[in-house]
Amino acid sequence: MSGIPHDHYEPKTRGEKWLHTRLPIVGLLYDTLMIPTPKNLNWMWIWGIVLAFCLVLQIVTGVILAMHYTPQVDLAFASVEHIVRNVNGGAMLRYLHMNGASLFFIAVYAHIFRGLYYGSYKAPREITWIIGMLIYVLMMGTAFMGYVLPWGQMSFWGATVITGLFGAIPFVGEALQTWLLGGPSVDNATLNRFFSLHYLLPFVIAGLVVLHIWAFHTTGNGNPTGVEVRRGSREEAEKDTLPFWPYFVIKDLFALAVILVVFFAVVGYMPNYLGHPDNYMEANPLVTPANIVPEWYFLPFYAILRAFTDDVWVVQFAGFVTGGIVDAKFFGVAAMFGAIIVIALAPWLDTSSVRSARYRPMLKWWFWLLVVDFFVLMWVGARPAEEPYSSIALIASAYWFAYFLIILPLLGVIEKPDAQPATIEEDFAAHYGGDDAAKSPSTQPAE
Amino acid sequence: MFRKLAATAITVIALTTGAVVAAPVTGPIENIDFSFDGPFGTYDQNQLQRGLQVYTQVCAACHGLKYVPLRTLGDKGGPYLPEDQVRAYAEFYEIYDDELDDFRAAKPSDNFPESNLENAPDLSLMAKARAGFSGPYGLGINQLLNGIGGPEYITALLNGYTGEEKEEAGSVVYENVVFPGGWTAMAPPLYGEDVEFVDGSPNDKKSLTKDVSAFLMWTAEPKMADRKQAGFVGVLFLTILSVLLYLTNKRLWAPVKARYKKK
Repeated sequence: MSGIPHDHYEPKTRGEKWLHTRLPIVGLLYDTLMIPTPKNLNWMWIWGIVLAFCLVLQIVTGVILAMHYTPQVDLAFASVEHIVRNVNGGAMLRYLHMNGASLFFIAVYAHIFRGLYYGSYKAPREITWIIGMLIYVLMMGTAFMGYVLPWGQMSFWGATVITGLFGAIPFVGEALQTWLLGGPSVDNATLNRFFSLHYLLPFVIAGLVVLHIWAFHTTGNGNPTGVEVRRGSREEAEKDTLPFWPYFVIKDLFALAVILVVFFAVVGYMPNYLGHPDNYMEANPLVTPANIVPEWYFLPFYAILRAFTDDVWVVQFAGFVTGGIVDAKFFGVAAMFGAIIVIALAPWLDTSSVRSARYRPMLKWWFWLLVVDFFVLMWVGARPAEEPYSSIALIASAYWFAYFLIILPLLGVIEKPDAQPATIEEDFAAHYGGDDAAKSPSTQPAE
Repeated sequence: MFRKLAATAITVIALTTGAVVAAPVTGPIENIDFSFDGPFGTYDQNQLQRGLQVYTQVCAACHGLKYVPLRTLGDKGGPYLPEDQVRAYAEFYEIYDDELDDFRAAKPSDNFPESNLENAPDLSLMAKARAGFSGPYGLGINQLLNGIGGPEYITALLNGYTGEEKEEAGSVVYENVVFPGGWTAMAPPLYGEDVEFVDGSPNDKKSLTKDVSAFLMWTAEPKMADRKQAGFVGVLFLTILSVLLYLTNKRLWAPVKARYKKK
């Protein structure tokens, strides 16, 4: 499968040969598992396995929860309490599923920021990146609909606010919103379709995960140096790589186990820390919560949505140019989706020929500022829409777009990259061999 | 590297999470050392039984616990009433039976009745539906240290009446420093010595409010002990697994790394 030369599966016994000529599935699994992987992967390359684990965890716990859950507005909230109080192990299942979503998003954000720092999105890995972003968007959709299912106050009002966003789209908005909800407001029809889609989308995600893995197995993994594996011959490639099994499987499982220690501590001792207390009250269309707050993983984008109010000059300008078709509400919605689209466009916005920020002295700083920006947005997203939070949100949103639309294209031109190692082996040797090995002279010019 | 990873995970969780919690709480809410606090804390069976008595004799006049099955009063780790007492307690309530199309005495397999008053909220989950602590600046660090503060909120609310009352739209509302908005339709329910305990436990206002708060924490989170135990077992075994995998990983990579070691 991979373009990197390596040994392939050879059926030996008669039985193996019989199967292999009919269905080469063992060969496929062998090649997938034994893929040559760059030796120098660091600990930021473990999130993939955490994400795979999360998907399996959510599907397994979710399927069991669905056996006891009732998607009907009068019964949904009580059926969740029934799961917690009457189903064997139900409380644990429910908390695992609830917090599993949070672990899923912690891992996906770490995974995405890893990609942004090490330039994983750059050619030839654009398809891997785009599929990854599709998975991320589907994850958000799945999580959002899943949060509606317990039919608590935040479920209901969160659904009302978020589906209301579609109503902001000019001309077709209202019709679209009614179509999505299955009626004029969030009600039984909405709950039913959300349940159906919440069950369906994880399997779509699983399919995309296969494509995601297929894509990067074709190009080979990236690595912290951004230098490609040598592919001249098998001997050469083997100097830069090790087979995925057992070297990286064991390493990834170790990292997963450590992360699960933290996860189980959260599930066991503070399972509601990440949730909102209001969701322990049954949905009531007549009582609006004082402050409607989405789940933490949506907060950065929720902050961007709310940042663009009527008094911001770009919003006024957009309204003026379009003759009032683009109002503040639609501008906010466009900004929120735009904030995700710019991440997906990173492969084409980044003009630098150097992949890894390790060798990009200027990008490094801007990148870490983006990480801080992300947490600032998360924080203001949960604060009420008032000063000073509105101004902070506006500045932080502006930086988010500036990073992708201005800094990434510009730095490729003005930045002078540091010298990169010639090979992955050299980087590995420099790390584990001490000073002598690091001094080996073969560094290639940066451009 | 490992430290970095663990630190990252912890920081991410600590930073991201608390941001979520922004409950509108006006008055001062103090942390209370409940028996169920901390990783090994469990419910105090006697306190839950006292709280049940306060609930039954005072709160139940208006409020309900419709999500709580009566039989769970006999659960170990909960009030742990003997079976015959659970049955006797259940019969104390009349519930509507759809099949009979009539009222009958409740059985342990039934749930507590719903609220009697339309504007009295159900209390089953109240201790999880209120956050006593948020902050500082909505970061949720207080919750990390003290818990979410649901039972503390209830205790504070019950002690938060100033004695002021006024008429509003034809009904009397009572001033309460903890209640959002400052005025609540609920008359002060506990004054102290409202309930007499057979074992002579203190029945001053402070003790009664604490007991009933603990009881409502149990109704909201009846499986807490199991959950903590599962968490402990999970953490313990995963820690052992982590150590084993760490050693395996170290040994697996040692020859690869040694190849590049300075001779």
